[in-house]
Amino acid sequence: MSAQADTAPAPVVPEPGHEARRLTDVVFRVRELGIVGALALLIAVTAIMEPRFLQADSLRNLALNAAIFAILAAGQTLVLITRNVDLSVSSVLALSAFMAGTLLSDHPSLPIPIIFLLGMGLGAAAGALNGWLVTFGRVPALVVTLGTLYALRGLAFLWTDGRQVNAETLPDRFLNIGTGSVLGVPTLAIIAIVVVLVVGQYLRDFRSGRELYAIGSSPEAARLAGVRTDRRVWGAFVMAGALAGLGGVLFTARFGTVDATAGSGYEFTVIAAAVVGGVTINGGSGSVYGAAIGALLLGTITSSLIVLKVDAFWQQAAIGTLLLVAIAFDRWIGLRLDAALRQRSARRAG
Amino acid sequence: MPAEPTTTTTPPPGGAPATAPDAPSRTRFGALARWETLILCLIVVTGFVGHGLSSDFLSADSFTTASLDLSEVALMALPLALVVVAAEIDLSVASVLALSSAVMGELWNHGQPIELIMVECILVGAACGALNGVLVTRFGLPSLAVTIGTLSLFRGLAFVVIGDQSVTDFPAQWTDRAFGNFAGTAIPNTMILFAALAIGFGVLLHATGFGRSIYAIGANEEAARFSGIRVRRIKMWLFVASGAVAGLAGVVISLRNSTAAANVGTGFELTAVTAVVLGGVSIFGGKGTIPGVVLALVLLGGIQKALTLSDSISSYWIQIVTGTLLIGSVLVPNLYQRAREARGHTTRGRRLWPWRPGMNSSRPQEESA
Repeated sequence: MSAQADTAPAPVVPEPGHEARRLTDVVFRVRELGIVGALALLIAVTAIMEPRFLQADSLRNLALNAAIFAILAAGQTLVLITRNVDLSVSSVLALSAFMAGTLLSDHPSLPIPIIFLLGMGLGAAAGALNGWLVTFGRVPALVVTLGTLYALRGLAFLWTDGRQVNAETLPDRFLNIGTGSVLGVPTLAIIAIVVVLVVGQYLRDFRSGRELYAIGSSPEAARLAGVRTDRRVWGAFVMAGALAGLGGVLFTARFGTVDATAGSGYEFTVIAAAVVGGVTINGGSGSVYGAAIGALLLGTITSSLIVLKVDAFWQQAAIGTLLLVAIAFDRWIGLRLDAALRQRSARRAG
Repeated sequence: MPAEPTTTTTPPPGGAPATAPDAPSRTRFGALARWETLILCLIVVTGFVGHGLSSDFLSADSFTTASLDLSEVALMALPLALVVVAAEIDLSVASVLALSSAVMGELWNHGQPIELIMVECILVGAACGALNGVLVTRFGLPSLAVTIGTLSLFRGLAFVVIGDQSVTDFPAQWTDRAFGNFAGTAIPNTMILFAALAIGFGVLLHATGFGRSIYAIGANEEAARFSGIRVRRIKMWLFVASGAVAGLAGVVISLRNSTAAANVGTGFELTAVTAVVLGGVSIFGGKGTIPGVVLALVLLGGIQKALTLSDSISSYWIQIVTGTLLIGSVLVPNLYQRAREARGHTTRGRRLWPWRPGMNSSRPQEESA
């Protein structure tokens, strides 16, 4: 739609001048600073009303709650940047979570890394299917992932057949990943931070990462410029699937109890986290760091409302409002940037 | 549409004139090559398979229960089809339904007359749709992101209104109406309501200038604007209609189950979108018909009922079949066209495979061949 050109990043700025690039840089910093500011404000207000909110325990809980969502949001960002969408994350998560749970219940001696590899492999396979259908099959991503959202959830129900995995049957060394901590920092949060940093650097510094932005800004231009769009989009879906698979394994480690309904409804929360974090739904713009902070912000709202003794029923309404404010803010920044660029080129021409 | 795949060619804004929506009925194979015909064949297949699975499948009773179960999704799919034809989307419909149900319960507790409450619920739905419409048309925000936001917002407001309570003491006169059949037949009253709305929206889309404008907007919004179509106003009305019908669906589901609560209809938005896409409406807008959506709803209802009745097949297969069908409905025609392109058979107009509205007919490969 028309909004996508407004927030396009550096690769398509008409004049490769330093000034223009600096301007877009500033805009991105404003966008990420905005979300960090909102997070800081929320924490500050909550802490003033209820000082215990800043205790280590409560902060640990914040990090634990946001960790899995941050990983899923990182995967979603990869796909959103290419102007596609992945609704199937929640179903992939359920499959992977149940697989990890069943494997470890039946064979408690299995090495943990194998479980992680299998979970991510399963997710990557689902992502590869999504990606193949989108690129080779030329089926719109919304339709493909809506279909796999259903089909994979159905598979999860079929596979579990009403059974569930319980924490008692899982080995402690596995559950420790979900609940333990290293030097006071929850293990889960460390994993999430590593994932976000790796994906973030990939998008920032690697050629194929930059090409994802180019594809999202203008698929046709990217193709004409020699970017192998199909392969890159496929890759983005595979990575998003693998991260959803990782999220599934971590889900089992954190909650211990897994049935076929695990993670249902996550798909919209994950997209909301990424979009609140400044990833535009029209592609070509946004960063994994923003998406991760978005996930943290959504998690913090939930905790804050509980701490502030606001009716828990307001939680969903607050998240929805935040999302609407975030996209409206993005649009406003985009319009300002447009105006500034136009003014500048007018001055040059005159 | 925001989630446009990177493989299709995006028309330059304001460049090439909007191609008129493909008219499948005018191709050489006429009615045979229509998407609706294929769905109809699938319905017949479902009928045979369902009959094989359970002798109860082709009975009046099974029709009644199957159509009752799908009532609300069916109602919401109709205006949603128009929204998608205009190249927008509304994912908030199920949350509007929940908000309407919650408002209905709360107002009933306050002792308002039920007839007035129904009108108010529809107005609440229309107001929700108007909020979506304002955010999309006035602020220029992408409808996918907006309605994911309002999906959360309206569902949250439903909980704020009624909490985790539920209201169950609606007057029997009205719950019987919502649950009952029409004049002694096997047709539920809700299906009469659906038929009336389907005819209304069908006429609106296929026989009025307003409907032609919707197609024009979906095919090329820029071109539509330059031809004097009031794009923003029309989109606004579509969102309001979608909200109002979702509000009505909230009334129907509350009366039909004799329960008003905030958690009703979770996930209905996805079923409604499935019906719309399966019905042949292109997710990129500009193509699709109301009869197609109605047939897709019949097919979905038939599959659900057949698998529920069957003893040998787990009802978990419903989701797998639905998802596969949804993807297959767009994938198979695309692959077929790919295979033909590969063979170099690009005789225009001769389409052995039914024309699929979601197909991208203007491909660079096709032109270069």
